[in-house]
Amino acid sequence: MSRFFRNQGWVAGLFALLIFLFVVTKLIQPGYGSGDFGSLARAVLPYAFAVAAQTVVVIAGGIDLSVAAMMALTSVTAASMMNGASEEYALFVVPFVLAMGLVLGALNGILIVVTRVPDIVVTLAMLFVLQGAALLVLGAPGGAAAEWLKASVIGTVPIPGLPDWADAWVPKALVLLVVCLCIIWIPLRRSRLGLSIYAIGSNELAAFRSGVPVARTRIIAYALSGLFAALGGLSLTISTGIGAPIPGPYLLASVAAVVLGGVALGGGKGGLLGPIIAVFVLRLVRTDLTLLAIDPNVTAIIEGAIMVAVVMFGAFITMRSRPAGATP
Amino acid sequence: MTDIATMPRPVSFGRRLKRIMADRPLIPLIILLIILVVILQILRPGIVNERWLANTAKFAIPLAILAGCQTMTMLTGGIDLSVGTVATMSAFIMATQIVNQDPAVAFLLAMLPAMLIGLVNGVGVGVFRVHPLIMTLGTSLIGTGFLQVYQRTVIASGAKIPDFLNWLGTGVTYGFPNALLLFVPVAVLIVFMLNRTGFGRLLYAVGDNERAARLSGVRYWQVITALYVLSSLLAGITGLLYIGLIKAPSLSLAEPLVLPSVAAAVIGGTSIFGGRGGYTGTIIGALILTVLTTLLTILQMPEGGRRILFGFIVLFVTAAYLRIVEDR
Repeated sequence: MSRFFRNQGWVAGLFALLIFLFVVTKLIQPGYGSGDFGSLARAVLPYAFAVAAQTVVVIAGGIDLSVAAMMALTSVTAASMMNGASEEYALFVVPFVLAMGLVLGALNGILIVVTRVPDIVVTLAMLFVLQGAALLVLGAPGGAAAEWLKASVIGTVPIPGLPDWADAWVPKALVLLVVCLCIIWIPLRRSRLGLSIYAIGSNELAAFRSGVPVARTRIIAYALSGLFAALGGLSLTISTGIGAPIPGPYLLASVAAVVLGGVALGGGKGGLLGPIIAVFVLRLVRTDLTLLAIDPNVTAIIEGAIMVAVVMFGAFITMRSRPAGATP
Repeated sequence: MTDIATMPRPVSFGRRLKRIMADRPLIPLIILLIILVVILQILRPGIVNERWLANTAKFAIPLAILAGCQTMTMLTGGIDLSVGTVATMSAFIMATQIVNQDPAVAFLLAMLPAMLIGLVNGVGVGVFRVHPLIMTLGTSLIGTGFLQVYQRTVIASGAKIPDFLNWLGTGVTYGFPNALLLFVPVAVLIVFMLNRTGFGRLLYAVGDNERAARLSGVRYWQVITALYVLSSLLAGITGLLYIGLIKAPSLSLAEPLVLPSVAAAVIGGTSIFGGRGGYTGTIIGALILTVLTTLLTILQMPEGGRRILFGFIVLFVTAAYLRIVEDR
């Protein structure tokens, strides 16, 4: 029970930090309004999906280094398929790309289970492979996205009965993110499968002895990670209108947000809410730095330093929380 | 014909091959190298001559030194993904500072970021126990950020390649590339260090069984910090050599060498889990990859295809070595 409160306390603290950052933002830039919040939500979208992808795998006791490369591959695939195609064709592209993410993610899991090579090496090798595949699909940034898809993240969602000023604070991108994550995460969390994912992350041997199909659960966890990464790749294509074959900084960002979100890198602990709030925190820090008129390249340095510091802090906590005799 | 049937069947061919692979990993590697050269000669008769050999050596040397960084870090169970950024940084700083500075000063300025990044990597991995992959990826992101900021301060002054580096990187004396003057001492030093010095033994010990090494009085963080600083300095020197070979300072100069350097170390028989391997195998691994790249270029395989192939090579070789170790 105490652990429940501690975990929820972490998420609540993170949320307080987010509110605090919003206040700081408002102080720096008194004109910060709903439109800026909308662009923040759009910027968060690919990061949030990358973090969701990483979270599922980390909870299952693994790590997925191929997240960013998977996003690049799915993004260029979507962009090149929609290039010059009709608007209706995109209706076919979206499920195809999502299925591709699911299958490639499952391939990660299958390779880990079959070859018995540690996840970090398998996903590193897959990082090379997926990056290469992305370059084969599209040699340089290009492609296109369907107009209705682009429109799906711009603007706000009209909610009946809500005054206009409040409505302006509900950007479509945020609604899309929440809906996508809830559709996948909530049923999973409540199902037997979700419990199995937590079980193999917490103690694989104990899970195996209590009859959890460890191999199958691991493959499904990686498949879900691939699905989230594909959503991230799609959102990249949608928000930029093109696909870029070079992976963005999503791998480090996803690990940093997972750590900041209270999910232990050892596995078995935490939820999806914490990491998602953490992503908003990290993005908002970037917004603030930009608003302070700091050179974007310097912003990149500060952002990288913050992420490295967060990961270092997380590793330090993990090391400390282990019993004294059990340090590896 | 009957005597063949009555002959006692020795250990099966597969098992014997495995044993050879495990005991003398250099022999199959050299055979593989020769096979690749023969294939090349068949595809393009006459290509294998003195000039080709010198050229292959020239391109294999930077790769082999970077792969040396990977070999040493992998022996402790780590990896150094920041070598590409470090090499690029030192090359770029050298090329831009040489315009106004004394060569010795420019050299020191070029090695400074290498030293710093190595130090941060070492502290992050050794003291805070961050996974080396995440840590070095983070520092390489930060380094790239710094390089972009730096680039804008030196746009006016321009860049030039010092004559000495030009001579070292491209020059050929009596059929031998001048780069060997740098490579032979470096290689001898690494091999000597790994096999004959206390520091080398410590690297193997830490990688083989960290807990045992720690309990026998090894100061883990000191070993790791020294290792990552050394790896970074070597990467910085490689950058200087590489700029003399490529002759075009850019912000992504040495990035394409990172994945092959990991692959070269893995092919050379160094275990990515630590404790097993050596530098001689890595050198042959680098040669194999250079010849393979020539071969793939002749077959007109695009960059993406090459990355996919390298990814699968890393995965396959790691899985194979895992089987061999398990067998014993």
